[in-house]
Amino acid sequence: MYISVRDRPATGEESRSGTTVTTPPVGRVVIILGVVSLLTDVSSESVSAILPLYLTLVVGLTPVAYGLIDGLYQGVSALVRLGGGWVADATDRPKWVAFLGYGLSAVARVFLLFASGAAGIAAVVTADRIGKGIRTAPRDAMISTSTPAEHLGRAFGVHRMLDTIGAALGPLIAFGILVLVPDGYSVVLVVSLAFALAGVALLGLLGPDVRSRREAAAQSGPTPPPFRWRDLTDRRLRPLLVIAGVLGLLTVGDGFIYLALLDHGGVNVSWFPLFYVGTNLAYLLLAVPVGRLADRVGRARILVVGHLALVGAYLCAVLPTSTAAATIGTLALLGTFYAATDGVIAALAGRLVPVQARTSGIAAAQTVVALARMLASAGFGLMWLLLGPATAMIVVAGLLAVAILAAASRVRLLDTAEVTP
Amino acid sequence: MSTRARVLWFAVIVVALVVGAGVYGVVEGREVRAQRAAEPEAPAAPVAEVTDGPRIVFRHTGLDNEYGTVAIVSADDPGGARAFTGVTCDRVAARAEGASCLVTDPSLAASYEVRELDAQWQPVATNALPGLPSRTRLSPDGSLVATTVFVTGHSYMSTGFSTATEVHEFGGGTRWGNLEKFQLVLDGTEADPVDRNIWGVTFVDDDTFYATVGTGGRTYLVQGSLGSRTLTSVSRDAECPALSPDGSRVAFKVDVDPGRRIVWQIAVQDLASGERTLLEEGPSGLDDQVEWLDDDTLLYGMPRADEPGVSDVWSVDTSADAAPSLLIEQAWSPTVVR
Repeated sequence: MYISVRDRPATGEESRSGTTVTTPPVGRVVIILGVVSLLTDVSSESVSAILPLYLTLVVGLTPVAYGLIDGLYQGVSALVRLGGGWVADATDRPKWVAFLGYGLSAVARVFLLFASGAAGIAAVVTADRIGKGIRTAPRDAMISTSTPAEHLGRAFGVHRMLDTIGAALGPLIAFGILVLVPDGYSVVLVVSLAFALAGVALLGLLGPDVRSRREAAAQSGPTPPPFRWRDLTDRRLRPLLVIAGVLGLLTVGDGFIYLALLDHGGVNVSWFPLFYVGTNLAYLLLAVPVGRLADRVGRARILVVGHLALVGAYLCAVLPTSTAAATIGTLALLGTFYAATDGVIAALAGRLVPVQARTSGIAAAQTVVALARMLASAGFGLMWLLLGPATAMIVVAGLLAVAILAAASRVRLLDTAEVTP
Repeated sequence: MSTRARVLWFAVIVVALVVGAGVYGVVEGREVRAQRAAEPEAPAAPVAEVTDGPRIVFRHTGLDNEYGTVAIVSADDPGGARAFTGVTCDRVAARAEGASCLVTDPSLAASYEVRELDAQWQPVATNALPGLPSRTRLSPDGSLVATTVFVTGHSYMSTGFSTATEVHEFGGGTRWGNLEKFQLVLDGTEADPVDRNIWGVTFVDDDTFYATVGTGGRTYLVQGSLGSRTLTSVSRDAECPALSPDGSRVAFKVDVDPGRRIVWQIAVQDLASGERTLLEEGPSGLDDQVEWLDDDTLLYGMPRADEPGVSDVWSVDTSADAAPSLLIEQAWSPTVVR
């Protein structure tokens, strides 16, 4: 086994200031990567907020033409994610793989300014998604490597908080520009490009070249062997993939939960765009506290128990008495679910595989979740029509509760298995 | 490079980006404001002058101070003076009795509405819509309103698309709700597909209408009945039908390049014989629900390729070899009042 994580040498500042048990500040890497994500999310979310309007009102397309092609690249994105993880591990250069991903999305923004016609716009959006697929796992691996194991939950919480702030600001900036400049869609696209380039520049110039394998060698002697695909079948990672897959199969898209809220008729349709805002707000407020909690009580435990918030959101969305309180409750629970799962699973996966497979391990877990959720949404669409919104939601909530109970027995195993430095 | 140099470089890049985007925004904003202050190129007329005879009502798309407002021209002189109603719509349908107007409000959180207006263009009723405006049509006597919108963000694959088509009484009253809930009969057998989408209604009378049903990658022309809440397929491969004034023919779009690409052309089908004529010389790549000017002429809007936001209304004869001609410049969403 590897050395105990508690024996990691403390940083200089920490030992000097540390009178009692003080928490060290969040690492510079996490803050820089968080700000990179913030800038990039402002860029992408400002465009997605106006894209349907831009397409229909300016380019003169109907979303049909756009939507048909859009459905195709979900699977591509999953493959790209695994590929990005593999390259990052094989070269031990996660920063530059992530840089490539961010760069691709920024280049796509340039072309969006000139794209007209469904095929052109779909190609640009595809390039953007591929960029996202490439960069996510290497970036998470950098956070994982540069943070002591006992503060991983908090580090990912801080990163996801910054990321979500960007996602919340993007649409506000976009609609703010449209208020200032009537039909100023091209201004939104240019501003979005500026944010994307700032993110790429920040990562390229100031993002540290975190190298998991080399750092492990410097700290504990022998250089870890190069990455092999076999590392992904690691005994410790497998139960996480199974749990994430099963829970993911019962995670239906947010859209269905929002639709269920609307289905009552108690909430006005025009509030719909604010549902996303509400969920994001809960997520960004809770990401850090829930991450810290995960560090204390076990990350696998929080990951599994966090799905109870989703059960709550399902049930809250179909409460017979639909009020503002039920709506706010649903969105808060949904935000809690994201806070307890999205960063936490990356924190967990990165430590359940040997250090040379860290990026691939994270990519594998994220891919399993993404594919399982796609299947879940497709299947749930069927249930929705056969059983009606309320019954379908209650059935899924029940199944998810059972799955949580089953997964709970594996939690201790995962939390103690997590020892890779 | 030292860390100091890197920080400095980053600061330089950020300043350059802020200045660049800011300058672009200000210049573009000035240009748009200047455009929107200009008077329309087309000669203007008072509304009363064009409303006694047959007329074409449309969305004016000239980049001027009437951008997006509903305008009217006489059907006898479509290129002549246009009367502006002062009402803004993304899509408009009109009869002598009143009009239906779909609106997008892009301020802060985009919201969508259907507004019903009386013969004097005064609002009668307003209802929220669940998505982006796509089509609206009125029944011949103006008593029923059909709306089609795109519901984004919550179809089954979260990135796909979904439509919501609803019919309600003009000014309030009976609502038939989403036509997806109607009983569906495809090729003679009852069907209940999960992925069905319905769009593009055209009314025959106060009960019967035609529309498009999309499922499993195919489209169907269906005949619907509000009274019996049914949709029955009439033929395949037809989108956004429009019924001719004499009720004998329907015009619609067909995808002439099935597969990943969509290339729409107009076809006209005789309802009695089922005979279909493809307008081979007609517009390619149009994306509008066509409208009948008279029993032999179709109207449709086409965006200009070189001028974003501006479109024109074209007319085309219903024969296979007819060539389209430009009818109304700077116009979109034409609707004919007879």
